[in-house]
Amino acid sequence: MKLKYKKKSLRYALITYAMVLAFYMVCEVMLRSGFMSSLMKGLLVPICYYSMLAVSLNLVVGISGELSLGHAGFMCIGAFAGAIFAQTAGAALPGWAELFIAIILGAVIAGIFGFLIGIPVLRLRGDYLAIVTLAFGEIIKNVINVVYLGIDSKGVHFSMKDSLSLGLEPDGVTIIKGAQGISRLPRNATFTLGIVLLIIALFIVLNLINSRHGRAIMAIRDNRIAAESIGISASKYKMLAFVVASAIAGVAGVLYSHNLSTLQSSSSNFGYNQSIMMLVFVVLGGIGNIRGSIIAATILTILPEKLRFLDDYRMLIYAVVLIVMMLFNSAPAAIDFRARMAAKFARHRNAGEVEDE
Amino acid sequence: MSSFISFLINGISLGSVYAIIALGYTMVYGIAKMLNFAHGDVIMVGGYVVFVASSTYGLPIWLSIVLSVVVCTVLGITIERIAYKPLRGASSLSVLITAIGVSYFLQNAALIIFGADTKSFNSVVDFPSISLMGGKVIISDETIVTIVVCILVMVLLTTFINKTKTGQAMLAVSADRGAATLMGINVNKTIAVTFAIGSGLAAIAGVLLCSAYPVLSSTTGSMPGIKAFTAAVFGGIGSIPGAMIGGILLGVIENLSKAYISSQLSDPIVFGILIILLLFKPSGLMGKQIQEKV
Amino acid sequence: MSDIAMKNDDILLSAENLSISFGGLKAVDGFSVKIKRGELYGLIGPNGAGKTTVFNLLTGVYKPDMGSIILDGKNITGKKNTEINHEGIARTFQNIRLFSNLSVLDNVKAALDERYGYSIFDSIFRTPKFRRIERELDEKALSILEVFDLDKLAEYKASQLPYGQQRKLEIARALATEPKLILLDEPAAGMNPQETAELMDTIALIRREFSVTILLIEHDMKLVSGICERLTVLNFGQILCEGETKAVLNDPEVIKAYLGD
Repeated sequence: MKLKYKKKSLRYALITYAMVLAFYMVCEVMLRSGFMSSLMKGLLVPICYYSMLAVSLNLVVGISGELSLGHAGFMCIGAFAGAIFAQTAGAALPGWAELFIAIILGAVIAGIFGFLIGIPVLRLRGDYLAIVTLAFGEIIKNVINVVYLGIDSKGVHFSMKDSLSLGLEPDGVTIIKGAQGISRLPRNATFTLGIVLLIIALFIVLNLINSRHGRAIMAIRDNRIAAESIGISASKYKMLAFVVASAIAGVAGVLYSHNLSTLQSSSSNFGYNQSIMMLVFVVLGGIGNIRGSIIAATILTILPEKLRFLDDYRMLIYAVVLIVMMLFNSAPAAIDFRARMAAKFARHRNAGEVEDE
Repeated sequence: MSSFISFLINGISLGSVYAIIALGYTMVYGIAKMLNFAHGDVIMVGGYVVFVASSTYGLPIWLSIVLSVVVCTVLGITIERIAYKPLRGASSLSVLITAIGVSYFLQNAALIIFGADTKSFNSVVDFPSISLMGGKVIISDETIVTIVVCILVMVLLTTFINKTKTGQAMLAVSADRGAATLMGINVNKTIAVTFAIGSGLAAIAGVLLCSAYPVLSSTTGSMPGIKAFTAAVFGGIGSIPGAMIGGILLGVIENLSKAYISSQLSDPIVFGILIILLLFKPSGLMGKQIQEKV
Repeated sequence: MSDIAMKNDDILLSAENLSISFGGLKAVDGFSVKIKRGELYGLIGPNGAGKTTVFNLLTGVYKPDMGSIILDGKNITGKKNTEINHEGIARTFQNIRLFSNLSVLDNVKAALDERYGYSIFDSIFRTPKFRRIERELDEKALSILEVFDLDKLAEYKASQLPYGQQRKLEIARALATEPKLILLDEPAAGMNPQETAELMDTIALIRREFSVTILLIEHDMKLVSGICERLTVLNFGQILCEGETKAVLNDPEVIKAYLGD
């Protein structure tokens, strides 16, 4: 008995990596030959971190089957962990070393938060889980928004009131200034780094899915009670998916914070609307379809910018496109219609092939 | 003490608005089994209709409010018909994303029609505030009206559901859609009625919200919408008394933590309490715990 | 007579006085059973008698209010369902519960995984250990599927299988956990006489091939009388009658419970 699934999953992974690399090369060629608009240049790194966020969120929503509305919270944690490092211990290091450690730090800290938040969250089901992830996302964003952090010769100072109450020595530096966030960041993230991180994230997620761990996660998604009846611990594997996804979101956050000069924990950066946007990438790209997540994230990051000429109508059209695509993709009537069309097409083709045989 | 009482009463008033919005969330969830993320934006539409009718066209306030309720009711039915009805039978996630699309649509349509500048909303109620405890506690007219309206809505809605045929049909569809269909209940019509009522209530909530916090912009409805959704979950989503209690509790907690802890941390506190509650009562205060049959 | 025949040392499962109630209703009340190693034991009774609830108690889906469960000399009362599977009880479900989006092969591999695992590190870095164990898992899973004549369908989605084969796959998956005792919940439900006859052969076959003890719930009297050695009849949550199959089926009380007064 010859099994084909290994070949299939390998082909899927290779095509996905190739697609990302091809995108990278096209962009690089355009960059070097000066064909790329400055607007598009500004989107290259965001495409990478949004793709990473979409891929990791798909691990939770598509593979693990849990609706999370708080993914931006983990990105926020990673972003601040990375930025704080860049402003403190990392400031003395060469750029590449600072980035490398910041990325590891972002992954680990976001992963730890994923674990801690996962303990209460993963006990809940369905819509209750969704609202609690949303709540955690908002808590993270709002709490970081009132944090003041300073450092001086005596050590680290922390406050949730204002800069003054940090009580810094004259040589002290304030790192996080509440809602003003962290400023004068190094801005040393590059498109190449973004692509490398995206490929690593893909490598981890795809290999995880096509292993016994992915099998267990999907088995729990399909039928929790049956999975437990064959000895699979639902809480353990759900946690695994949640922590890995959080860690990847944390890395995306590090990339995000190293692409800006000022980092603020505002609603427009890390609010629930951002989490929802990531969810839109996942759903439009196809639930559980990792490659689709990247494509959707890329297109939907570029699309609003390309629609700028429409001015105020831009987001309105985006909304209409979103609704129409959802109706076309998911409405039972539309699915029937597509199936009928496909059958008709297949009949025509078969009719043509009869003569050949 | 007196300041505590006024914070408490203002909290109940804010909570009453949340409760009215939460009713819309919870009814739609109970009957159509979907999270209508666009519900908050219907509040904003309700506010704008009153604003335009009374300030721009000079209609009397009572007429503007009636108009607002009518517009939102029609809007609710239209949204359901165009965006949600075709998706009946599709995964709940698809419906959720479509609802998010509708939410974006309403916000951006409002942005185009009414502009990006925030409008200052004139309160729809105008009678003297009440002083209690020798003037130490002052309750504003908006606060009183909001609480009274909330009680009225609750009474009317409960009567409607328990005494009318349509109300009973709503209960039946909520309990078991398949069985309700077999009993000859028109499920589509029942769901449409639910959206109509929920959206009408959203219009009223919009007017009350804008009277108490007199600014109006295209995103006016989103945060109260999320809060009300939290309130609905808090009370046990699908439960009407739960939405009421959840809404009021949420308003009180929010106001008290703003007053005594930190205005910036009031949202985290509200969400934190929600999380703690769900840990001990995974389906909210009044929600039914449904055990999966093996 | 059966008491004398049963020596204590070859008893695999012994449940004593199991009870559970839901909201005041006693779903199972004082259920006891002793199943010998290698035996094929039947649990029958009218609808709503509490048969599936007994399965849920034995597999840890519900915790009993009262009573004890001893498997192979070890007290497993109150353990979680995952733990009970690791102790050696596997089951199928009345309403089939497959991993419908996974392949037939992966349904069985998922059950093998917990016994022949590799670490998350092996998963992500595709170590030689990963490759070796995956290869072994494939072989093992295929050999189990072959017993059920499902090996040719290994790469189909589980949801694509016809009903009868889905039932077989569920049994295959349960057997892949290498249980000492397997509980089959109405394996013949929804099958035609032809399929039921095949199923009886399959059950006889797995008993031989996997040397496993079987406890089954069934409505089909033909199947029960054809293969079960002993029976317990449950009615309104209580044991109505137990003993050798032939004796039980001829018991007037049992006939009354099934056919009514």
